[in-house]
Amino acid sequence: MIPAPFTYQRAGSVDEALDLAARGGEDAKFLAGGHSLLPLMKLRLAVPTVLVDIGRLGELSFARDENGHIAVGALTSHHDVTNSALIQRELPLLAHAASQVGDPQIRHRGTIGGSLVHADPAGDLPAVILALDATLVARGPSGTREISAADFFTGLFETALEPGELLTEIRFAKPGTAGWSFQKFTKRAIDWAIVGAAVQGDQVALVHMGSTPLRATAVERALADGATPAEAAVHAADGTSPPGDINADSGYRAHLARVLVGRGLAESRARAGQGHT
Amino acid sequence: MKVSMTVNGATVGAEVADRTLLVHFLRDVAGLTATNIGCDTTSCGACTVLLDGQSVKSCTVLAAQADGREVTTLEGLADGDGQMHPVQRAFQAQHGLQCGFCTPGMVMATVSLLAENPRPTEEQVRTGLEGNLCRCTGYHNIVRAVLAAADGAEGQVSR
Repeated sequence: MIPAPFTYQRAGSVDEALDLAARGGEDAKFLAGGHSLLPLMKLRLAVPTVLVDIGRLGELSFARDENGHIAVGALTSHHDVTNSALIQRELPLLAHAASQVGDPQIRHRGTIGGSLVHADPAGDLPAVILALDATLVARGPSGTREISAADFFTGLFETALEPGELLTEIRFAKPGTAGWSFQKFTKRAIDWAIVGAAVQGDQVALVHMGSTPLRATAVERALADGATPAEAAVHAADGTSPPGDINADSGYRAHLARVLVGRGLAESRARAGQGHT
Repeated sequence: MKVSMTVNGATVGAEVADRTLLVHFLRDVAGLTATNIGCDTTSCGACTVLLDGQSVKSCTVLAAQADGREVTTLEGLADGDGQMHPVQRAFQAQHGLQCGFCTPGMVMATVSLLAENPRPTEEQVRTGLEGNLCRCTGYHNIVRAVLAAADGAEGQVSR
């Protein structure tokens, strides 16, 4: 099984990548680790005519402490996010969730930026950056702009990126000692989450409970009104339209969301104030 | 396009279609057929090789992405005298295989795992190999083989 024919081009810099993508037109795609894109291309679910390989742009693989926030390069692999001492210390939710993506081989190749721009509602990291209120930095032909995580995921596999725009960096405010938890229910270890929950303090985001990753706003409202974690978790599926598929019907997903948010809030509260883990 | 990479220490180059997958390059161009194509969907791990020392699924890497890099396949593990790699010896001694189809990928994933974590616990071995499927349900002896290799006891048969 091989992809449909395309022209491969390798970018030596971000500027060159943007230029190659602009010249490639609307059927050009950026290739990072390729662990979302290449499987889709083999199945003919994606048929780009030009692939612009950004995989060697070392300038986009980093994790830095920048005056109060943490900046992570879009090309940082899940393996490197997992093993970054800085991310483990300051963003333990992100480090842990990255360690749960796919399997070791996938984590060696897959990147945080690729996972986010793929915008699979069953992906782990989109919900994590929602719970962390991250900011995404994109570069395009007309310059650099910032997009809040809340505005980034616009539909099923769709993001706020314009054609030819490249996600370069994700910025996170430091959550300090607030507790955190990442819960994921799968049939096999390497499968996508049937449902997942990312918890940072009292901020809760859901995996695979709609066409986009989403914040569990009813849970957050209940917590703000003084509900206990168990009371708040009852509202985990409120206002959502979870999909039904071969793994689970929508009612089962709603049940899983309540259970996983309950576990996540309990674990997060238990960790709160313990400092960095 | 022209692609050239170091495979098991030797340079292999060829003019290939842009869409050529690394696993096809290894099997059809380099002639190294230990690397199996199983699911072809990034799930089973039968095509696992090392790319610059890290385990990857070669059905989901373009040959172009490996251009100029170092690839190690199962054929590259034994030393020049034909002495098998400790992980290979452990799989043999512990009978860490049944039909053998998943074995090249299992061995390469194990080499990568032990390079990162030389003394894993049994649980770390099981999670470390979750990207490799064995349809003979042979995991028990595979885990035993990995632990034996990590222990330097790869030649001994345990009960």
